[in-house]
Amino acid sequence: MRQRLLGFALVFPALATIVLLFAFPLTYSIAGAFRAEGVWTLANLAKAYDLYRSDIVFTFLIVGVSALLIASFSIAIGGYLTLGSSPTAISALRWLYRWPLFIPFIVAGQLMRTFLAKNGLMNNVLTEVGLLTPIQTVSFLDWRGIVITFVWKQTPFVALLVAGAMASLDRSMIEAARNLGASGPRILFEIVLPQVRQTLLVGIILSFVIMLSVLSVPMMINAQSPTMITANMAFRINAYGDYGVANALGLISCVMTGAISWIYLRYGIREGGRP
Amino acid sequence: MRLAEAWRWLPRAIVLALLFFVIFGPIANMLLWTVAEKWYFPHKLPLEYGFAYWQRVFAPRGGAIESLVNSAMIACGTVVLSLAMAVPAGYALARLRLPMRGLLMLVFLMPQAFPNLPVYINIARLFYGFGLNGTYVGVILVHTTHGLMYAVWIASAAFAALDRELEEAARNIGAGPVRTFLTISLPLAAPGILASAIFVFLESLDEFTGTFFVGAPVVKTLPLLLYTATAGGNYQIASITALILLVPSIAFMFVVERFIRADVLARVGR
Repeated sequence: MRQRLLGFALVFPALATIVLLFAFPLTYSIAGAFRAEGVWTLANLAKAYDLYRSDIVFTFLIVGVSALLIASFSIAIGGYLTLGSSPTAISALRWLYRWPLFIPFIVAGQLMRTFLAKNGLMNNVLTEVGLLTPIQTVSFLDWRGIVITFVWKQTPFVALLVAGAMASLDRSMIEAARNLGASGPRILFEIVLPQVRQTLLVGIILSFVIMLSVLSVPMMINAQSPTMITANMAFRINAYGDYGVANALGLISCVMTGAISWIYLRYGIREGGRP
Repeated sequence: MRLAEAWRWLPRAIVLALLFFVIFGPIANMLLWTVAEKWYFPHKLPLEYGFAYWQRVFAPRGGAIESLVNSAMIACGTVVLSLAMAVPAGYALARLRLPMRGLLMLVFLMPQAFPNLPVYINIARLFYGFGLNGTYVGVILVHTTHGLMYAVWIASAAFAALDRELEEAARNIGAGPVRTFLTISLPLAAPGILASAIFVFLESLDEFTGTFFVGAPVVKTLPLLLYTATAGGNYQIASITALILLVPSIAFMFVVERFIRADVLARVGR
């Protein structure tokens, strides 16, 4: 009992900060989604659905596709770092993959805005090498640009977590499988991956919710429809002062996040009650 | 034999070269823009190079120095406040028997888990009543709320990775709980906590949305300067600001593994 009290006292300041400066305004915003002209109503949600139906689907697809790509690249990177046969290639990869790790989203957005443009460095190099003619070049500054920026920025984070978890595994099982003649991919998917999937899942869920809250990347890469609902929320407020619809869109992202958190909690409980 | 080996290296070399291009292409493009004085379609490279835009950015009226100082001060304040709360909380979550521990961990995820924009608008309204809008304290509070998740989760992972026996040994030879914490647990967890401090520092440096609603137009930070330059179509100034934000991020990337070991990383979020 004393330990519980002490534990609670130690957690309290941090907890109170989150409750006062986050949970409270969030509740206010969720309530605001159902308030218009002083009455409780579903009008805001209906209007948000009406105006931004396609963007809501797009947001989910953009973040979902990004998360899947991030997961695949992270498994590939972590897998090669753990099981690769060439020490030179491993250290080259280890040196390379982490560069975007802590680059801010707003900076990544600015980098990609110049790189992926019609006359950006990517198209210039592709035409210089002869893969494209100047007429074939297109700008990637649409939903693809958002996905590319997210994957570029978030993969190192998940790969670092996954590679860390893989590095702390017991090597004897891997060596045993290798001695029995198992191939690299087979060892990765049947031995290594099952042991690190909780770390992978944590990384992917964190990335999912982080990407869902980023405003700067959709605003800088592509703020025209179809875009992400964070950009729409900023637009509703800056252009119309329309808090009702903005809060309704906020509620929709909360529902997406809630679904993901539910998977995490469920999975955590199945793993032994300690998410 | 030599030839066969070279052929085996080919796929690896191609993949690594592609990765090199994907990682460094955008950075190279930004670096070119920072020194491009004249660059327009269809030229593949800048027509004139120079540092004229650097002079403009760092001139007293360019705003970069002011934004840099503001950003650094806010980030330091955020680190101090976050750690003061996260170290005790992380220790309690890792070591003490807490009811609903999973739920508590999830509460700290909240600022990352929900779209921040509507929250920041309501915080701005709340702060307005307390006179906190447009103040450093207001911005630091917002950044702290946002950074607490990293601070608490990493601190908790760092404490959880400690060898319990060392703490028990200290208790057995008569050290009290506070002394054990200060002389055994805290120093051993220090690398992880330092990593979380740098993490929070960078998160604060990066933060855009909250500063925009709570701090603007009084408190100007580097991300706000970057966004204004991009929105105005000024690629040179945007790229120079981006470079200033990029340097500490990449420096941290190189040292992070010195501070945070694999066994700590494997425990983040558990």
